[in-house]
Amino acid sequence: MDAAACKAGNESIAHAGNFHVLFFLMQKTKDEGRISQAEYVRAYRVMLLARVLEEKLASLYRSGLIKGGVFLGRGQEALSVSVGINLRKGDIFAPLIRDQAGRMAFGDTVLETLRTYLGSQLGPMRGRDGNIHRGRPAEGYYAMISHLGAMIPAVAGGLLARRLRGESGIVGATCIGDGGTSTGAFHEGLNAAAVEKLPLVLVVANNRYAYSTPNNRQFACEDLVDKAVGYGVAGHRVDGLDLEACMLTLRSAVQAAREGGGPQLVVGDLLRLVGHGEHDDATYVDPALKSSHVGQDCVVLAEAEIIKRKWATAAELAEWRVAAEDEVNATVDKVRREPAPSPEEDDWAAFSRPEFAEQFAAS
Amino acid sequence: MSSITYLEAIRSAQEKVLADDERVFLYGQDIGNFGGAFKATKNLAKRFPGRVFDAPLSEDAIIGMAVGAAIEGMRPIVEMQFADFSTCGFNQIVNHAATLFYRTGVPCPIVVRLPSGGTSGGGPFHSQSMEALYAHYPGLVVMTPATVEDAYGMLLAAVAIDDPVIFCEHKFLYYHLKAELLPESVMPIGKARLARAGRDATIVTHGAMLHESLAAATELAADGYEIEVVDLRTVKPLDTDTILASVARTGRLLCVSEEWPWGGVAAEVVARVTSEGFGLLDAPPMRLNAKDTPVPYHPDLWSVHRPTASAVADAARRLLHI
Repeated sequence: MDAAACKAGNESIAHAGNFHVLFFLMQKTKDEGRISQAEYVRAYRVMLLARVLEEKLASLYRSGLIKGGVFLGRGQEALSVSVGINLRKGDIFAPLIRDQAGRMAFGDTVLETLRTYLGSQLGPMRGRDGNIHRGRPAEGYYAMISHLGAMIPAVAGGLLARRLRGESGIVGATCIGDGGTSTGAFHEGLNAAAVEKLPLVLVVANNRYAYSTPNNRQFACEDLVDKAVGYGVAGHRVDGLDLEACMLTLRSAVQAAREGGGPQLVVGDLLRLVGHGEHDDATYVDPALKSSHVGQDCVVLAEAEIIKRKWATAAELAEWRVAAEDEVNATVDKVRREPAPSPEEDDWAAFSRPEFAEQFAAS
Repeated sequence: MSSITYLEAIRSAQEKVLADDERVFLYGQDIGNFGGAFKATKNLAKRFPGRVFDAPLSEDAIIGMAVGAAIEGMRPIVEMQFADFSTCGFNQIVNHAATLFYRTGVPCPIVVRLPSGGTSGGGPFHSQSMEALYAHYPGLVVMTPATVEDAYGMLLAAVAIDDPVIFCEHKFLYYHLKAELLPESVMPIGKARLARAGRDATIVTHGAMLHESLAAATELAADGYEIEVVDLRTVKPLDTDTILASVARTGRLLCVSEEWPWGGVAAEVVARVTSEGFGLLDAPPMRLNAKDTPVPYHPDLWSVHRPTASAVADAARRLLHI
């Protein structure tokens, strides 16, 4: 296992604790055990289901069956699934737009995803919000707003609430991209969480482009993980293409947060293999990046690893894909028959108290 | 009997909700051991250890954390040091707190305290009145208490309701207003109060402008005019029924507000009365706002930037003579 962790460039920066002591350790993550066959395959199958579901979403979008945007996480599944799979029931998770895999690892389903994308009245957002803006906040699954970085303080506040109630051993995780690290909310949220030493795991998928803006127009530091030192939090860097490395890094980061180690900043290096949304052909992506290490497909790499380790045959992998496709297709058929929200029956209530609603109809 | 100021009422209300409801905690800049820039949380950190604590200078994070805590069932009260700085947390208020219930069905019971309005020497960035800005967004209750009793009772109500509340407490009233007793209960949220009965014209106002308007009404009473004064108490929801009932009695409307004129509370009241009560009016409705410039620093400029009792009285005389 050492080989996998080292190959992954899987580094941790443990901060010495005292804000003014410029002493920190750069070390290879300790080998804290392997990822077992069962864990690896389980994570892979979530990645596969997310991939198959997203392929379907793209197809539905092109057929005009999805209103609004479609934002896919192709190329980010290994990192994303590792976040969700390392959380437990009772933890808090605020995913971002490219976290279909992480969402499903945390408990989201094909059904709820499709209900939200297709605007079913039966989905969690009831047609009031769509696509990746979905969640069940009462169950610790926060529904992102579009303003990048905003979910960081929200998760921090959720964790603060849990602490005030005397709960311990809880972790809150949220994800962001390279572009989101430039926002004020990122800075304020991570800093405030660090001050309170909250068990926050902040995962940055450095997918090289914020919409069309490359890293060199986004930040000037050598590496995003360097920011960890400035905030006084632990930093981890991982090869976002390598499922095992991602699983180990997130396991270690989540465990450190759970055990009182304060916020953990995890930076995964990868490349977005799709446009910003399905409307975007991403012609701006540097061809050299596409042909580099990060241009590979983490799902394909995980499949090769499974075959190499003889954990499944190519035929079994093909069967898993068919099973995923069957589930997705059957769910699409079901959701397309579900009712759309009715403008006549909606209560149009922005307040939880009906008596606060005012009438603004033309009179 | 010792008298209680508006500021002490706010502090007392927070003390009461901390004592009564374990879901309540206070978060904001300098509110811990220091007791807040205005001392609205004086001694509360000591009395409620671990439940009243200092935040970094991060309005976005302060409100964002309150939203997260509310999702988890807590009832945070956050203090913006000055209402003006809430613009740095604007996104979390209007896009996160305000949308949460509509989007997810999960309510967001946070209270954002905004020390609002002008004081002598406050200048452009420590004087703003932001109630109309927040009232514009669906999902936010916006309170503007104008009396000691309401400062206390409405803050208790703000914590009790499940919707996010923007609590615009007026700094000018902090030390000027006094009451003998804090009330056991106050009028329901969303109900305006008839602060003075009259028959010749209606002044609709809120916050510190209530007292300028009442002083103007007293001045006009010497001339034989009886001016009715309506204190809105909450600008959202807005009690249109009470306003229309008053205009039905008087036939004349003057809206007085310390905010800037464009799209403000006064504009909203005029719009509602003209569209829903046009036939009640004997004269065109008028509004009197602060001047449409940043709030000036110098006391001589500031004293004419916002409406004062004499400006209100002048406007009311013009209205009465139409």
